[in-house]
Amino acid sequence: MISEREVAKTLSLIEKDPLKAKEIVSKYPERDYFVVGITGSPGSGKSTMTDKLAEMFAIEKDVAIIAVDPTSAFTGGAFLGDRIRMRRSVKRYNIFIRSMASRGAVGGLSPGIYDAVEFLGRAGYDIIFVETVGVGQSETDIVNLADLVLLVLAPGTGDDVQMLKAGIMEIGDIYVVNKKDLDESQKLLANIKATLKLGGIERDIISTNSITGENIDQLRDIVQGHLTVLSQTEKLEENRKDRYKFNLLNTLFSILRTRYSKTEDLEKIISLYTNEEGENNESKEN
Amino acid sequence: MENKLKVLVAKPGLDGHDRGAKIVAMALRDAGMEVIYTGLRQSPEEIVKAASQENVDIIGLSILSGAHLKLCERIQKLMKESDIEDKPVLIGGIIPAKDVEKLKEMGIQEVFGPGVPLKEIVEKVKEAVK
Repeated sequence: MISEREVAKTLSLIEKDPLKAKEIVSKYPERDYFVVGITGSPGSGKSTMTDKLAEMFAIEKDVAIIAVDPTSAFTGGAFLGDRIRMRRSVKRYNIFIRSMASRGAVGGLSPGIYDAVEFLGRAGYDIIFVETVGVGQSETDIVNLADLVLLVLAPGTGDDVQMLKAGIMEIGDIYVVNKKDLDESQKLLANIKATLKLGGIERDIISTNSITGENIDQLRDIVQGHLTVLSQTEKLEENRKDRYKFNLLNTLFSILRTRYSKTEDLEKIISLYTNEEGENNESKEN
Repeated sequence: MENKLKVLVAKPGLDGHDRGAKIVAMALRDAGMEVIYTGLRQSPEEIVKAASQENVDIIGLSILSGAHLKLCERIQKLMKESDIEDKPVLIGGIIPAKDVEKLKEMGIQEVFGPGVPLKEIVEKVKEAVK
């Protein structure tokens, strides 16, 4: 396995240039690995939970964490504060943690994240946790990236029945209702169960307290169960292929975004595309 | 494609006052940098580990406890061991004038006392990375 320092430096190169990133990644042989996405509203306890889960899996596996926080649309700056809640992981099991800014990418994930994840997998990490806040209209990107998505919810963060309509509630493979010690937490749990039942959706749902660690053991077992099923079926391979497709799409978007951000350039591209479409249609008619 | 400055803002040692560190972190963020904030009461080991894993361009330390000489010495030593001694280190806090020279000799690039305008800190951070 390459040294941690080398991994850190390579990730910076990957973040800088998505085209070069693919070159770098291709130098390492393919390898099986799992991507576990952890998402949910701000302040629901994602970072603390990621810390606890990562720690448990690190007993037997090599584990890495990527923590994504939003980039300001106005200044381009970012405040990355997830490490604060992840001190145990680094200390006890030497888990590799990397903070990434979303850098204005659609879907709330960083543009370089697909290559970063693939690189970490190939570099020898068995499980990669990706923690991200679902922001914006299409927070479903994490579904394309991860093999398994944990949706962490907590009472009082605005996730009411209203949220069931918004999209983010549809992306969880496992629903985690955190802050079990709060009274409203049980109400939220019942609410989500009822709504899932109404929709005829069967999902794992568990009530936890990520600070005290209550029920985190059970959550670990549920996650492990999903991972075992994934590795025993074709699904893991399929996911990796899909991930590559979304990686390319993501790269394409970020290139378009950086190179053609002027209105005239964009108009040119659109007219080129629509003209081509028109020609294709004509030839079909002939 | 994108070349953003990545800064680690950390508070080593035992003092529990992080308003200053947070304000500086926000100013750097607003200047378009990616700031990793590690929180209060970090050991030198934790700080160097974070700087190495995150591969930051520069490290900013906030120390109000008076233990700046010991802490900086230890951090510099660990940075060498972790092969990241090329990263500039800036510190801010309550630093007696007589210690400023000592810190600079140790390899600390800049020392900011109370009342330094945020704009100046932002400029110095940019310069330090160049």
